[in-house]
Amino acid sequence: MCSKQLWKYFYAMKYLVIIVLIVFASCKEKQTEDLLLKVEDGEKVAAVVSSEIVSNENLIKVVDYQGLAPLLAKRNDTTYVVNFWATWCAPCVKELPYFEKLNKEYVDKNVKVVLVSLDFPDKLEKQVIPYVKENLKSEVILLDDADANGWIPKIDENWSGAIPATVIYNKNKRTFYEGSFTYEELEKEVKSIL
Amino acid sequence: MKTSIKMLALVGLMSIGFVSCDEKTSDKNVATAAVVSSEKVSEVKSEMTKGYTIGDAATDFKLKDVDGNMVSMADYKDAKGYIVIFTCNTCPFAVASEERIVALDKKYKKLGYPVIAVNPNDPKVQPDDTYELMQAKAKSAAFTFPYLYDANDKIYATYGATKTPHVYLLNKENGKNIVKYIGAIDDNVRNANAVKDVFLANAIDELLAGKEVSVKETKAIGCSIKV
Repeated sequence: MCSKQLWKYFYAMKYLVIIVLIVFASCKEKQTEDLLLKVEDGEKVAAVVSSEIVSNENLIKVVDYQGLAPLLAKRNDTTYVVNFWATWCAPCVKELPYFEKLNKEYVDKNVKVVLVSLDFPDKLEKQVIPYVKENLKSEVILLDDADANGWIPKIDENWSGAIPATVIYNKNKRTFYEGSFTYEELEKEVKSIL
Repeated sequence: MKTSIKMLALVGLMSIGFVSCDEKTSDKNVATAAVVSSEKVSEVKSEMTKGYTIGDAATDFKLKDVDGNMVSMADYKDAKGYIVIFTCNTCPFAVASEERIVALDKKYKKLGYPVIAVNPNDPKVQPDDTYELMQAKAKSAAFTFPYLYDANDKIYATYGATKTPHVYLLNKENGKNIVKYIGAIDDNVRNANAVKDVFLANAIDELLAGKEVSVKETKAIGCSIKV
């Protein structure tokens, strides 16, 4: 092979390498999204989680009620503030900044905010993820469980199903609220349980 | 020649990459819900705990429908009862229920249980629920039943409705409208094709058969009433 042919060969290869790299890059991105959409299944997620995904603070787990239940029954030193919301729920979206503020200001007092989205799962990619990335730093979980009549009374027997609704609990006490909070009201309720 | 073979091989590899990328990992977890500890100690500070319970006599109302007529339950002389549904224009759960509400009205009106839909939202708080937009909704969704404006009268509060949609099934007994069922239309608001249990229809069928309603109350997620 003469040097001219060799040069042509490398020239062609260079473009192919670039194309292949682009394909791999876009593919990787897609897989990350797919993973975000994946219904949580302890072992399976652990197996596929890469360091890149762990570092994504906006990872949204999708769970059914069985997957959510342990979060509402923890017995440790943390006080959990679990808020049920949806992107389409105006009063929910209005009070989310208060939960964000609480999560930030009470982190050293062992308070953890978890925001449980009740958006329809088919809105996750286009509506929920963009909203969360833009606005929220607290942990967000999407509850995908159509049998609301089955799980609503298990979260609280007095919950009518209207959102927003919030459970505040720790190992000593548990409270449930159906309705909206101001930051002052929310802070007061959390302080009363700490 | 050598180069073109390599190119072909690479193109082949790339298309494999594309195909595997397109595969969706949409496996669904359909585990059944576990029974939660009954020891749960709960303190409730809900503002909306009043309203009707099963067996109460529900009040009649006189509310304006989208055609400008005032509608009361008493107007339906031949009715055996009523399906009163608090609903609204844009709540995703209300929108997902529209076709089912129309189907219920078509089926049960002629059997004596007409649907009366009531929009409880205050348009000052929820601008999507003005009277004009209610008219547009009734037309676009081809409502076969009256769609009433409740922002001034707040009948929803007397009933104890907290969200849309929220159903009250009433049965006429000795001149009173007795609450027989409160809750959801069925067990899957999001997907009509995946419904397993049609709570409301079952309750009406039981009333029509002269039986006691077996499932009297159900829960569903809904949009809080905006007032």
